[in-house]
Amino acid sequence: MKHTRPKRIAIHALLITGSILFLFPFVWLVFTSLKPIEQTMKMPPEWVPTAFYAQVQGERMKVQKEHEIEDPSVILVAQKPTADPTAKAEPERMLLPVAKFKDGKAHVEYRKADQTLTAWVPAEVAKRVPAGHWLVREKVERLAQETGPALRWDCVAPDAIETRIEPAWSNYSLAIRYQGFHTVRLLGWSFEIPYFVLYLYNTLTVAVLGMVGVVFSSALVAYGFARIRWKGRDTCFVLTLATMMVPFAVTMVPLYGVFRALGWIGTLKPLWVPAWFGGAFNIFLLRQFFLTIPQDLTDAARIDGCTEFGIFWRIMLPLSKPALAVVALFHFMWAWKDFMGPLIFLTEQNTFTLSLGLQFYQSQHGGSEWHYLMAAATMMIVPVIVLFFFTQKTFIQGISTTGMKG
Amino acid sequence: MRACLRPGAAFRIILAMTASERRNLRNGLLFISPWVIGFAVFMLYPIVSSLYFSFCDYSVLESPVWIGAENYTELVKDEVFWTSLGNTGYYAGVSLPLGMMLALAVAILLNTQVRGMTVYRTIFFLPSIVPIVAMAILWLWIFNGQYGVLNYALGAIGIPTRMLPTWLDSPGWAMPALIIMGLWGIGYSVVIYLAGLQDIPVSLYESADIDGASWWQKIVHITIPMLSPVIYFNLVMGIIGTFQIFAAPYIMTNGGPERATTFYTLYLYNLAFGELRMGYACAMAWILFVVILLLTLIATKVSQRHVHYER
Repeated sequence: MKHTRPKRIAIHALLITGSILFLFPFVWLVFTSLKPIEQTMKMPPEWVPTAFYAQVQGERMKVQKEHEIEDPSVILVAQKPTADPTAKAEPERMLLPVAKFKDGKAHVEYRKADQTLTAWVPAEVAKRVPAGHWLVREKVERLAQETGPALRWDCVAPDAIETRIEPAWSNYSLAIRYQGFHTVRLLGWSFEIPYFVLYLYNTLTVAVLGMVGVVFSSALVAYGFARIRWKGRDTCFVLTLATMMVPFAVTMVPLYGVFRALGWIGTLKPLWVPAWFGGAFNIFLLRQFFLTIPQDLTDAARIDGCTEFGIFWRIMLPLSKPALAVVALFHFMWAWKDFMGPLIFLTEQNTFTLSLGLQFYQSQHGGSEWHYLMAAATMMIVPVIVLFFFTQKTFIQGISTTGMKG
Repeated sequence: MRACLRPGAAFRIILAMTASERRNLRNGLLFISPWVIGFAVFMLYPIVSSLYFSFCDYSVLESPVWIGAENYTELVKDEVFWTSLGNTGYYAGVSLPLGMMLALAVAILLNTQVRGMTVYRTIFFLPSIVPIVAMAILWLWIFNGQYGVLNYALGAIGIPTRMLPTWLDSPGWAMPALIIMGLWGIGYSVVIYLAGLQDIPVSLYESADIDGASWWQKIVHITIPMLSPVIYFNLVMGIIGTFQIFAAPYIMTNGGPERATTFYTLYLYNLAFGELRMGYACAMAWILFVVILLLTLIATKVSQRHVHYER
């Protein structure tokens, strides 16, 4: 059907509007994941991730803007009285309002036992700070719980702070480290591996082992349903389809009991072993495909004395690569995103999959460190999107067939 | 049927088969043996024992104790059970028709012949492959009452600040928020609709054009009737799916605020694995199964009258 020009424009307008709405959450996800934390909490939102640079104690560096200085102040170097007189105190840099500095002496607060005391101590002026300057602090890429040398700070004029467009790529490495490390022992060596990396490894284990199993076993079963005529076949096939109607909630509790009896709770086995016994949906999908392969091909092989398994292995499987790819892809995607299975059957943090790990992370630190959460979520989404782009045709065809034959 | 169950009779049937029939039976059963084992261990046994547990007091740590229909009578009196059923019904009742209509509209647009169609199709499908946990976290951030971009956008188009909902923190708006998020993932149904649309013969539209039918008339009199098997398929899949929603409310609201998003499966999960009331949870699961079956049955009955199958 060819459309008239105004109609084409209207269709484009609708599709573009829809596309913007559907793409927007992705854009927001990626942008947030690249912002420094203080920028995620800005209203109205700032789109472009920025970083600030300024001269701090004589060196140019990336800084965090702390606050504006309201009253004229001085940066002083002074030695505070210590609670413990025997301890040797180092002179320290401090920022005080001008009113608290007179005749070479600074009025400082210090703590002794539980009290806060004040005293006048000799001090040297390092820098005079007029009102309107900003307190800036050196910015290092580390987590709050990680320690390192004390951060340097300074006060600078607002126009001396340079704003640069700069994505905070470090959010990604910090998000990986955020959940801590797990010690893995291998061949006498021990490695400190971030939990996030373990999650990825576990997810891949479950997805790949399950994928291999489900493709092989579903193909085997589908062959039995599609190409061999035997008594009771159709009843069994209907039964297979009927299992798709059973909600997971029904089988969930006894399955937990089964896996508990097998000692599999807390291991990855409940998540991939069942795949080796075929999946109803995949059996259905492959059976439909096998039915389309001409009977003559298999008959010829049978006359040549090929066994049934030989026909399956040497004729059916090579001819069914596209359908097998659909099953493999569907299972991989499903295993990658499965949440309820891992939630029920996994108990130890080092066996978590990405889904469960990300949820665990969110439940612990949600509501504050959105930039890390978004970075972690991006890392979970990007692999499936990349996989989708490479396999788009197979994927879409697979979904289309399910709807048509259903 | 009854006769077949007697071992003697079954044996006679096998004896009466020809050699090739017998070989086929053996081969067939060998090929489907993975499924037979899987079905027995991961389906049949769990289904039967779940039904049994639903009449028991069972905590997984101790063996089940038969208590008759007590779980079921208690469920009828359980207020949270009714709340969760109501919430799930509310979600299904709004999101299912809304999602199906939106998906159909998008599919019709995506079935037109304009330039850049592959790009549009990819864009509309993309959200469907996003893992639910990542999706939930992303939308938590979008719906955030304080820094959320959604409220910012609503404010920007002129909605006064005091009228902006706090979404997931508000009992009245948490459910609509989840429904909105669900609409983002209509891609699967869109693809299924699209496949159906592509199967409608162009000649039908051409003859309608000759008769001077408007685009709306063509949708109502050609597209929807021709698409009805696919609509039915999406409806049944939708019923099965929405009644089992779990991950999104578990992660985003944990059932709150004020139980506004306590979905059926969420309550069931909490009973089973939070309070270890496994028997009670099994009873609840069986009610869910029956509800889904009934709704599917109703959908099928209704569709038999309206669905147009091409023979």
